[in-house]
Amino acid sequence: MSQDTGTLRDWLLSETPTSRRQARWAAAYKGWLTLRANHMAMAGLAIIVLLVALALFAPWIAPHDPFVQDLGNRLQPLGSEGHILGTDSLGRDILSRLIWGARITLYIVALVALIAPIAGLLVGTVSGYAGGWVDVILMRITDIFLAFPRLVLALAFVAALGAGIENAVLAISLTAWPPYARMARAETLTIRSSDYISAIRLQGAGPLRIIVKHIWPLCISSLIVRVTLDMAGIILAAAGLGFLGLGAQPPSPEWGAMISEGRRFILDHWWVATMPGLAIFTVSLAFNLLGDGLRDVLDPKDSPQ
Amino acid sequence: MTIMTRLMGSAALGLALGLTTLPAMAATPDNMLVIANRIDDITTLDPAQSFEFAGSDVLRNVYGKLVNFDPRNLEAGYQPDLAESWSVSEDGRTITFTMRDGVKFASGNPVRAEDVAFSLKRVVLLNKTPSFIITQFGFTPENIDETIKVEGNTVSITTDKRYATSFVLNCLTATIGGIVDEKTVMANEVDGDLGNTWLATNSAGSGPYTLTSWKPKESVTLTANPNFYGDKPAMQRVIVRHVQESATQRLMLERGDIDVARDLNPSDVEGVRAAEGVKILEEMRGRLMYIAMNQKHPQLSKPQVRQALKYLIDYEGMENSFLKGAYVAHQNFLPKTYLGAVNENPFSLNIDKAKALLAEAGVDGMELTVGVREAQERLEIGQSLQNTFAQAGIKLNLEVGTGKQVLGKYRARELDIYLGAWGPDYPDPHTNAGTFAFNPDNSDAANATGLLAWRNAWDTDGLTDKTLAAVVEGDTAKRADMYHQIQAEFRDKSPFAVMFQKVEQAGVADNVEGLSLGGAITAVSYWTVTK
Amino acid sequence: MSTSNAFVKRQPRLPLPPWLRGLVVTLLSISVTMLGLLFVTFVIGRVMPIDPVLAVVGERATEDQYNAVFLELGLDKPLIVQFFYYVWDVVRGDFGTSLLTARPVADDIARVFPATFELATIGILFGCLLGVPLGVIAAVRRGSWIDQIARVVALVGYSMPIFWLGLMGLLLFYGILGWVGGPGRQGIFYEDMIPSVTGMILLDSAIAGDWGAFWDAFSHIVLPASILGYYSLAYISRMTRSFMLEQLSAEYVTTARVKGMSEWAVIWRHAFRNIRVQLITVIALSYANLLEGSVLTEIIFSWPGIGSYITTALLSADMNAVLGGTVVVGLVFICLNVFSDLLYKIFDPRSK
Repeated sequence: MSQDTGTLRDWLLSETPTSRRQARWAAAYKGWLTLRANHMAMAGLAIIVLLVALALFAPWIAPHDPFVQDLGNRLQPLGSEGHILGTDSLGRDILSRLIWGARITLYIVALVALIAPIAGLLVGTVSGYAGGWVDVILMRITDIFLAFPRLVLALAFVAALGAGIENAVLAISLTAWPPYARMARAETLTIRSSDYISAIRLQGAGPLRIIVKHIWPLCISSLIVRVTLDMAGIILAAAGLGFLGLGAQPPSPEWGAMISEGRRFILDHWWVATMPGLAIFTVSLAFNLLGDGLRDVLDPKDSPQ
Repeated sequence: MTIMTRLMGSAALGLALGLTTLPAMAATPDNMLVIANRIDDITTLDPAQSFEFAGSDVLRNVYGKLVNFDPRNLEAGYQPDLAESWSVSEDGRTITFTMRDGVKFASGNPVRAEDVAFSLKRVVLLNKTPSFIITQFGFTPENIDETIKVEGNTVSITTDKRYATSFVLNCLTATIGGIVDEKTVMANEVDGDLGNTWLATNSAGSGPYTLTSWKPKESVTLTANPNFYGDKPAMQRVIVRHVQESATQRLMLERGDIDVARDLNPSDVEGVRAAEGVKILEEMRGRLMYIAMNQKHPQLSKPQVRQALKYLIDYEGMENSFLKGAYVAHQNFLPKTYLGAVNENPFSLNIDKAKALLAEAGVDGMELTVGVREAQERLEIGQSLQNTFAQAGIKLNLEVGTGKQVLGKYRARELDIYLGAWGPDYPDPHTNAGTFAFNPDNSDAANATGLLAWRNAWDTDGLTDKTLAAVVEGDTAKRADMYHQIQAEFRDKSPFAVMFQKVEQAGVADNVEGLSLGGAITAVSYWTVTK
Repeated sequence: MSTSNAFVKRQPRLPLPPWLRGLVVTLLSISVTMLGLLFVTFVIGRVMPIDPVLAVVGERATEDQYNAVFLELGLDKPLIVQFFYYVWDVVRGDFGTSLLTARPVADDIARVFPATFELATIGILFGCLLGVPLGVIAAVRRGSWIDQIARVVALVGYSMPIFWLGLMGLLLFYGILGWVGGPGRQGIFYEDMIPSVTGMILLDSAIAGDWGAFWDAFSHIVLPASILGYYSLAYISRMTRSFMLEQLSAEYVTTARVKGMSEWAVIWRHAFRNIRVQLITVIALSYANLLEGSVLTEIIFSWPGIGSYITTALLSADMNAVLGGTVVVGLVFICLNVFSDLLYKIFDPRSK
C-alpha cells in the first residue's frame, strides 16, 4: 500500500468516484463505517474472529490433547488443576475439546453457508427468470421441501447415508435451501422486468449471462444477511443432530455431541453439558448480532433514512 | 413503554395466579404404584409375540403361566402356578400338568386345560419371533394336535426327544408361556389371526393385574385383577410412564411424583443415594455386554489376534468409572445365578501381552470398524476400546447407528466388530449356550441370523456338539459341569469377549417395599409391592 | 413466506368464475405438493438402510419368520407398485398400521397430534402476546435502551440450544422451585380420569368442568410451551420491529404526526394496521414450525407429540407411521399457507 490512510480514506469517500471499482469499494467502506458504529455487531464480529483464530491455532492453544482419556481423573469440576473447565466422563479436558470443536463448528457453518444459499440462488433465479413450466416445477419442488418437517428430512438423510459430519452438513443444507430459493425468485421477478435488464437484453446478452452477471450480484446482499442470520440456526441444527447421535461421531469433540454426552450428568456435574452449551450460545449469538448489524447496512428497507 | 409494562404486568399476574393454585409437592396415592421407565420398545403386548424388556415387565404381571417364579424367592426356581403339579413319563418325553382348581381369568371364565393347549398351539401357529422358545422342542403346526393334548383337567406335552425337564419347564416360564383366555381371545379374532391384533393392545390373562391401557411412548396402566387366585395385590393401580432421560426420572423421583425410577445412570444413582426419602434397589440382571469379532476378517480369524483383543479391554477401568455400579465384570456367556455359571475372569488390560500376541500373529497395526448402537454407555465403552486398542497400534473406527441399522449389518455378517448386549430369553443355560456356542452350519447359505456364532462366522470349533450334549443331560450336577467346560473353552478361543453383566439400579421411594425386578431370570413383579 | 402461487398466474384460463377457478387451482396445487411430499417420503423410506422387517420381527427372528413378514409388508413388489398401492390406500383414508404401536396410524395421529397442537398453540400465543408488543416498542424507540434489550432478548432466544434450555428449565422450575408440573402431559392423579373428546387435555378438562385437572395440565404445559414460545417470540419480535420501522418512515406517518394525531393513534391505528398482513404471514410460519413438533423438546419433557412420533418411526423404518405423520404435518403447513394467503387477500388494501 503506497498511499497513506488519509488519502485512502479520501479516495474511498470521494463523492465522485472515477471508476466502477472505486464506487464499489466506496460503497463497501461506507457500509463498514455504519457497521462499525454498531457496537453489538462489532462484538459479534469480534467473537467470530476469535473463533476462527481458535480453530486455526487449536493445536497450539489447547492445553491438552482433546482425545486423551484418563478414567481416574473424570468429571473434574471447573477450575480444577490443569483443567480450567473440568473434565468429561472419560477424563478428557473440556477446554481442549471445546477449542478443537471450534474447527468442526466452523467447518459445518462454512460448508452449509456455501451449499444452501448457492443451491437456493440457482433454483430461485432460474425459476424466476425462466418462468413458465420451469418455474412451476421448480417452485412445486421447493414447496414440497418447505412443507416437509425439517428435522425429519435431515434425520432421514443422515440415516440413509450414515451418521457423520459430512452427511450432517448435506442434510442441513438440504433442509435450508428452499427459503433462499423463494427469496432469490422474488428478487429475480422484480429485477427481470426492470428497464436496465431489458436494455442489456437488447444488447444481445443471453439468459445465462444476464443471470450470472446481472441478477446474481443484486441478490447477493440480501442473501448474505439471511445467511448470517441463519448461521445460528445451522449451528443449532448440527448440534441437534449431534444430540440425537447422528452428527459428528465419537470421539470427535463436536459441541452438540458434547452436550449430548454431558446431559447424563446435568444434575451433579452440570458444567460438562453447560460449557459446550455456552459455546454454542456464544457463537450463535455472535452470528445473530453480526447478521442484525449487516441487515441495517445492507437491507435498504431497514436502514436509517 | 407503558404498553409493554401493562402487558408484562398482566402476563406476570396471570402466570402467578396460575402457579399459586397448583397442588403443592405431590405424593403418589397409597394404593397406586407409579414407575418411570423407558417403554418405547413395546411394539405389542401379545404374549406370543412380545420380546422386549418393557413388554415382558408388563406381561409378567398380567398372565399366569403353568409354572412361574415367586418374586419373594427367585432362588427357589420355578414353582407351580396355574399347574398345581406335573409328572414326567418314563421316556422323559411327555410332561403332564394337572390344573389348579378354581382359578379364573380376569374375564371370569375358568382357567381350563383347554386354554393351556390353546395358548401353546397358538404360539406354534402364529410363529412369531420368540416362538422358538417353545418350538425348539419339536412342535410344528402339523403335529401339535398329537403332541399337545388335553385330558380332563390335565394337559400333556410331548417333546421330540428327551430333554432335561428343568430345561422344558424353564422355557415355560418365559413371557411366551403366558396362558390366554381362549374364549375371550377367539371372540376378538379378526381374519383368522388367533386374536393377535386384539391382544397387542388388550389383555386376557389370569395374573394379578389386567391391562387398562397402553399408550405407546406415553404410559402403560395396569389395574388389579379382582379374580386373581393369589393374595390380592396392595397396589390397585400401576402406572408405568415413559420418561426418556435419567435426569428427568431422578427429578420426578426426588419430588415424589413417582415411586420408582428404573433408568437411572450411575451418576444419578449416586445422587439418589445421597437424597432424602429415596433409596436404591440393586439386582443382578441377565444382560451381558460383549464384543464379537467377525471371523470373515482375515486378521481377526487368527487365534492370537482374538486373544490379543481380549487383553486390550480396560475391564477394570470401565467398571470403576462410567459403568460404576451399573455393570460388573463378567467374562462368561452364562450370567451369574444361572445353572452352570462360572465366575472366572482371566482377562485384564495388558498392553504388552497383547502386543506380543499380535506380533506372534504377524499383525503390525490395522484398522477395524466397530458397529455400536446409539446409546450413551455403549458409546463410552466404544471410546474406551478406541483408546486402549490404539495403544497396541489398532485403529478402531466407531460406526454409530440406530439399533436397527447396526443390527441389520451384524446379521448380514458385515461388521468387523460388534459391540452390543445380549439378554437371555429364558432362565436355562441353553438360552445363551444355544446362541454363543452353537452353529451347526456356518455357511452363508445357512442364514442362521438368530445365532450369534453364525453372525460372526464362527464354526464354534466343536462346541456345537458339546452344547447339544449338555441340553439333553438329565443329571443337573453333570449338566452344570458340562457348561463349566464349554465356557472354559469358549473364553479361551471364541471370537467373543464377554465383558460385563448388568446390575439394575432402580431408585425407589423409601416407603415402597417388596418390589422385585426379576433378577437375571425373569421380569419385574408389582403384586408383592406394599407402601 | 407466502405461497405466492406461480400456478395461479400461468394456468390457461378455464371457463369458470374467478373464485371457483382460484379454488380449483389452489386445490390442484395442494394435491400436487402432497403427492410430491408422499413420494419423497416414500423414497426415503425405501432407500434407507434400516430394515422395516427387523423392526417387526426383532433380533432373534429366523429366516422363515423374516421372509413371512417381508412378503406381508409387500416389500417384494417393485417400488412404484408399492407407492401406487400406498397412495390408493391413503386416498381411501387408510393410512395403514404402525409397526411400532400395533394400531392404525390414523389412531396414533389422533393421539399425538392434539398433544403437539396444544403445545404449539400455547407456545405461539406466548410468542405473539409478548413478541408483537416487544417488536413495536423496539421500533418506536429505535436505538434506545429498550430497543437494545429487545434485541438481546430476541437474539438470545435465537441462539440457545433448546435441549440445554429445556433441561435447565426443568431443573430450575420443576426440580428446585417446584413451580411447574414435571415431564408428561398431566399428573398421575388425573391419568385416564378425563374423557378424551378433543385429545387436548386443557380443552377436555374444561369441557368436563374439572378445573383441578385443568390447572394440573396447565402446570405441565407451561414450561415446554414457554420454551417453544421463546423461539417464536424471538422471530416475531424481530420481524415486527422490521415491519414497523418501514411503516414509521413512510410519508403518511409524518403527515399524520404533522396533523397533530396522537402518537398512540399513529402507531396502532395507522402503522400497526398496515403491518397486520405481513405479521400474519410471519406468525403463520412460526406456528407451522411449532406444529411440526419439536423432537428435542418432546424428548426432554416426555411429551408424546408428533415430532418424536415421526422420528422414532423413521429410525425404525416404520414407514406407514412416517408417511402418515408427514402427510399431516405437510397438510398443516400448506393449510396455514393458504390461510395466510387468504387473509392477505382480505386485508391487503392493494389486492382489492
